[in-house]
Amino acid sequence: TMEERPNHQYKGVSTGTTILAVQFNGGVIIASDSRASMGGSYVSSKIINKLIQVHDRIFCCIAGSLADAQAVTKMAKFQLSFHSIQMESPPLVKAAASVLKELCYNNREDLQAGFITAGWDKKKGAQVYTVSMGGMLISQPFTIGGSGSTYIYGYADAKYKPDMSREECLQFTTNALALAIGRDNVSGGVAHLVVITEDGVEHVLIPGDKLPKFHDE
Amino acid sequence: MALSHVFESPVPGFNFENSTRNLLLEDALGEGKSNAPKPLKTGTTIAGVVCKDGVVLGADTRATSSEVVADKMCAKIHYIAPNIYCCGAGTAADTEKTTELLSSNLTIFSMNSGRNPRVVMAANILQNMLFRYHGAIGANLILGGVDCTGSHIYRVGPYGSMDKVPYLAMGSGDLAAMGVLEDRFKPRMEQEEAKTLVRDAIRAGIMSDLGSGNNIDICVITSKGVDYIRPYQESEYKDNRQKKYKYKPGTTPVLCEKVVRLELELVHETVQKMETS
Repeated sequence: TMEERPNHQYKGVSTGTTILAVQFNGGVIIASDSRASMGGSYVSSKIINKLIQVHDRIFCCIAGSLADAQAVTKMAKFQLSFHSIQMESPPLVKAAASVLKELCYNNREDLQAGFITAGWDKKKGAQVYTVSMGGMLISQPFTIGGSGSTYIYGYADAKYKPDMSREECLQFTTNALALAIGRDNVSGGVAHLVVITEDGVEHVLIPGDKLPKFHDE
Repeated sequence: MALSHVFESPVPGFNFENSTRNLLLEDALGEGKSNAPKPLKTGTTIAGVVCKDGVVLGADTRATSSEVVADKMCAKIHYIAPNIYCCGAGTAADTEKTTELLSSNLTIFSMNSGRNPRVVMAANILQNMLFRYHGAIGANLILGGVDCTGSHIYRVGPYGSMDKVPYLAMGSGDLAAMGVLEDRFKPRMEQEEAKTLVRDAIRAGIMSDLGSGNNIDICVITSKGVDYIRPYQESEYKDNRQKKYKYKPGTTPVLCEKVVRLELELVHETVQKMETS
């Protein structure tokens, strides 16, 4: 779903990456790897955090140029915080995604960053939105993004089921990340997963060597 | 939004005027004329490590202008606040001025708010500034310091990316220095061990990179204070000057002397009495 340009050089540090978000029964899991690269051959960070909390129950994960993504999420965090004070209630996930979309679309000539927004709100429950690099916003039950996502479209399409349980969803997400990291050179490091439900937010961190192994590893 | 630093407050949203201006300038200069002059780069090795009670920053002291060493004792560890220092790699003028601007803003903030600045605030200000210039400011910075929340090191890139890390090396000698750091870094090291590690990392950069060299500066920041050791270690390859280049007054003979009076004409005179009672 993301317009990936694998040969395109991002200015500075890029997050050439694997990110995904999956709905399950009662919540949503958003996940990413932790590698940041420069020029396609140097890993500038093995432990970068790509899961940014933009509000209490809303996270977004970033792909593309790290500088652009960080600037946009900072702006979004501020706007959402202000919005929730004005409305005297937590923002909707759709609102968060829209804020990102406005920033991405209005500055589409100059920015190179894409996002996946996932969270929980009282109106519609758990949701997943994709904001692509050009500023397209769509809602999906699950979505994958980043350069590593191309290697797991088959796996995700085949293995996703609606209304999974939390454990099934964790397993699905971890497997998808592990498979993508295994094939994509600019994805790697540790696996960050965040489980968002009505009751709260839980971080799960899986070190690289504890990820599930497949036939040739 | 009280108590913020004194910047010219940016207009809402992103402002990419400067990148359009730069493109226009490049086109204008490109017609027939040679390219814009190459700025002085520091071709550098800088490193930083978080240790048990604080932060150790290190840098080499060579500034190069293409293949000539322009400055053999250049200071690359810049003062930001009493508890925050910043190593800079990239374009020498950019790192110098960016850190000076940051330092001024943080001082004003401290005075206005009555609080000591935090390292994360300095990193955020840098990030905001560098992002607005879209990479035109060639500053790769290692920001390190100790504040009420602990000891921190941040990497800030020229495009405005920010990353919090336990150890870091940057500059043209970063691959060599990183090798040393990756091998020997341990969390919560003792201060002396950390100083040795940073010294060895910079030394690896100096030995393996042509753009880094001369002496090694070290800056140790703890909650009790700052120890800026300049130089921590001098280069083994110092030149021995055979002659002194200072000349006594009178060495150059005066051949002739001519005094010309400047004739000034008084055109207009006003007297203003000052009230002193």
